[in-house]
Amino acid sequence: MSKDIRIKKGLNINLVGAAEQTTSKAVLSNVYAIQLSDFHGITPKMMVKQGAEVKAGEPLFYNKNMESMLFVSPVSGELIEIERGDRRRILTLKILADKTQEPFSGTALNVENASKEELKAVLLKSGCWPFIKQRPYDVIANPDTTPKAIFISGYSSGPLQADLDYVLQGKEKELQAAITALGKLTPGKVHVSVGSGKSPLSSMNGVELHTVSGPHPAGLVGTQINKLDPINKGELVWTVTPQDLVVIGECLLTGKFNAERTIALAGSSVKTPKYYTTKIGAEISTFLYASGVNEENFRVINGDVLTGSKSKPEGYLGYYNNTVTVIPEGDDYELFGWNKPVFDKISATRALTFSWLQPNKKYDLDTNTNGEHRAFVITGQYEKVFPMDIFPMQLLKACMVKDLDEMEQLGLYEVAPEDFSLTEFICISKQPHQKIIREGLDLLQKEIG
Amino acid sequence: MSLKSKLHELKLKYQGKKMAPAFNAFHTFLFSPDETTHAGGTHVKAADDLKRTMNTVIMALVPVLVFSMFNAGYQHFSAINGFPADFSLMNDFLTWDNFWIGIIKVLPLVVVSYGVGLIVEFIFAVIKGHEVEEGYLVTGMLVPLIVPIDTPLWMLAVAVVFGVVIGKEVFGGTGMNILNPALTIRAFLFFAYPTWMSGDKVWVYGARERSEEILAGANVDAISGETILGYLAQNKGAEMTYSVSDMFYGFIPGSVGETSAFLILLGGLFLIYTKIASWRIMVSAVIGSLVMGLIFNQVVDFGWIGESSKFYGLMSFDFWKHLIVGGLAFGIVYMATDPVTGSQTNKGKWYYGFFIGFISVMIRVFNPAYPEGVFLAILLMNVFAPTIDHYVVRGNIKRRMNRLKNATIYPKDSDGKAEELKAETV
Repeated sequence: MSKDIRIKKGLNINLVGAAEQTTSKAVLSNVYAIQLSDFHGITPKMMVKQGAEVKAGEPLFYNKNMESMLFVSPVSGELIEIERGDRRRILTLKILADKTQEPFSGTALNVENASKEELKAVLLKSGCWPFIKQRPYDVIANPDTTPKAIFISGYSSGPLQADLDYVLQGKEKELQAAITALGKLTPGKVHVSVGSGKSPLSSMNGVELHTVSGPHPAGLVGTQINKLDPINKGELVWTVTPQDLVVIGECLLTGKFNAERTIALAGSSVKTPKYYTTKIGAEISTFLYASGVNEENFRVINGDVLTGSKSKPEGYLGYYNNTVTVIPEGDDYELFGWNKPVFDKISATRALTFSWLQPNKKYDLDTNTNGEHRAFVITGQYEKVFPMDIFPMQLLKACMVKDLDEMEQLGLYEVAPEDFSLTEFICISKQPHQKIIREGLDLLQKEIG
Repeated sequence: MSLKSKLHELKLKYQGKKMAPAFNAFHTFLFSPDETTHAGGTHVKAADDLKRTMNTVIMALVPVLVFSMFNAGYQHFSAINGFPADFSLMNDFLTWDNFWIGIIKVLPLVVVSYGVGLIVEFIFAVIKGHEVEEGYLVTGMLVPLIVPIDTPLWMLAVAVVFGVVIGKEVFGGTGMNILNPALTIRAFLFFAYPTWMSGDKVWVYGARERSEEILAGANVDAISGETILGYLAQNKGAEMTYSVSDMFYGFIPGSVGETSAFLILLGGLFLIYTKIASWRIMVSAVIGSLVMGLIFNQVVDFGWIGESSKFYGLMSFDFWKHLIVGGLAFGIVYMATDPVTGSQTNKGKWYYGFFIGFISVMIRVFNPAYPEGVFLAILLMNVFAPTIDHYVVRGNIKRRMNRLKNATIYPKDSDGKAEELKAETV
């Protein structure tokens, strides 16, 4: 039985610079990189040495705590650099790409007939497993477990995010293969949410299809889980993003790990924001300068403005990202910024701020914090943009004081940091909500497992 | 070189120094900071900050302050010369003479409140090495508006130091306090100097001086500044000459800024419209006070108490008039809605507000020695707000626990298979 999800609480952040729906092929990148910060909580053990030749899809390292979980190279070439940080922790693996791309030999699988064990083995071996994330804790799923359900959000409601209906066009075959495979990994349901019937995901078999509507965070998978089948203590759900399903599906159908994906390059600092086909780990400059930038002082974000990570033009496309956003830096003072009327910024109040007058106006926001960090003072604001049946401020405070019982009881199992991105955006005290939740999740995982 | 870059250089110079918070407080007052969002969080942020929020509350208080300055003079001259026969707003109220009394009596209260309070805040910020927080911007404005006009300035200064240190800073500053700092100051004044805070000589400028002159033997008429609640508490309601519109517009004696229910209503609507203060608290507090007022009216209607009872005057007072006399309206709009000391959950705000209104009117009627209960009621509910929230949050937790019965938990794939997978790949 499908269930429509209608969200009322939330806030759409309309920004200037949405990607135009035309796709170009990005220039081939010389160097591709895997950034270990994308894999939260994974300790890598290298399988190849610096200077070794690898093929596209050949394993680079495995998870120290789960040795069957392999992480593969997106391209074929030479592993030229292993960048390390404090205590020799691996930060980045850089691969100099070959002129001719050679795929690593793998075997295609008949998804319909494959058993659960076979599927798991193939996904782990092919490097597709890291695309499957689990909640609670918002980390890569543990292959030794069985989730009660799998959730896929095919609706992007976040600011300037890639339009999934557009980028998934023509990928029905791969999506179906991946969804059929995932369906075998859970005795429960595979929930797919779409914004409208136009989505390629709306024609999938073997899924529970839901239609979501409403302001951001309607498209966040956490919101949908909370509305459909909230997570209880001890339960597990898995989530996969649709663009990663495409990689999984192709890998199952052909046996090859194809890191290619269509990404949106958006933001007010981009001259001609549009879509590019490129590969995971490609240098951002390979497509950024093709579109051009408007100003000197800008910030490149791997992902969207609410949840992405800070990067630079010489940075690399993240493992899970399908959006790169470029916005102006806001490292400047503003005369009487705290008391003059504000027309050019978004606000959740009306305290001489006028964004409520034009809900559809597009704004050009920069990275200024618009105020200083303070203790929690105002109450009742987060609840207006937080659609889950959870007390957001109480949960944040429980995480800050490291009260494990409260964290558990107030629903920390149900959330990921991204679910708190909107409350962080509107926070008058400028508290780092996502960081607080991340640290809370890490602590809970360490203590309770 | 522009002011902006000069200040930026100074900021860098003070960075890490002891006086940095003090400098930054002035700097951020002039320029909102050049800080950008950090890694691991949202890259853009909404326009509001705490300064803007506090500033909005101050804007809602400014009309009340201006009115109170005129009213200070109006009450003073009316007490001496009698109330004007046919009142005209321009000729009798908005006059320079009236305003001058406001400047010499009300403005010093504001200056002392802000001056002393901010000095304490700065000292704490420098000692503890945190930024100067904005909480006192509103407290400093509230305090002069809730004290009697003749409060000596030294008394106010002592109370402000007590209120800011004991009421707020010992708990960790803005956002951490349990009791409303402005009301802590008011309560300190009331219990430390009761003769200056109640009676019929403190509400009008000059009344106390005049009574001292009479005691010294001068042959002049005594002037009275009895508040409406004072009259009622003494069962002298009949002697009162104030009309309902006087009460509503605020041409009556009382604490400096509490008298004009009309301007307080406008301020309240402004705070609701800007989404700064909680409408839930305001609405439920109004309901709470009306309910209590109605109960007392019914007690009188049923004849359970007679005119001889000392409670008769206040109990028979029309229930809705409680809202336009005394400090109830001011308390509901500006004090009860303090987000730090109030209830923090939306559901809790309904209970919190209701009991503030309910208990305010109750204290008013049963405490004729000092016929005003709103500040005690709010302080009491400040103490109970965490308890209310606790039960609201428990409700949410209970729902989550109930769900737990139907949890679907699958066992791990068993140890053996994980080992096999391992052997296959490595």
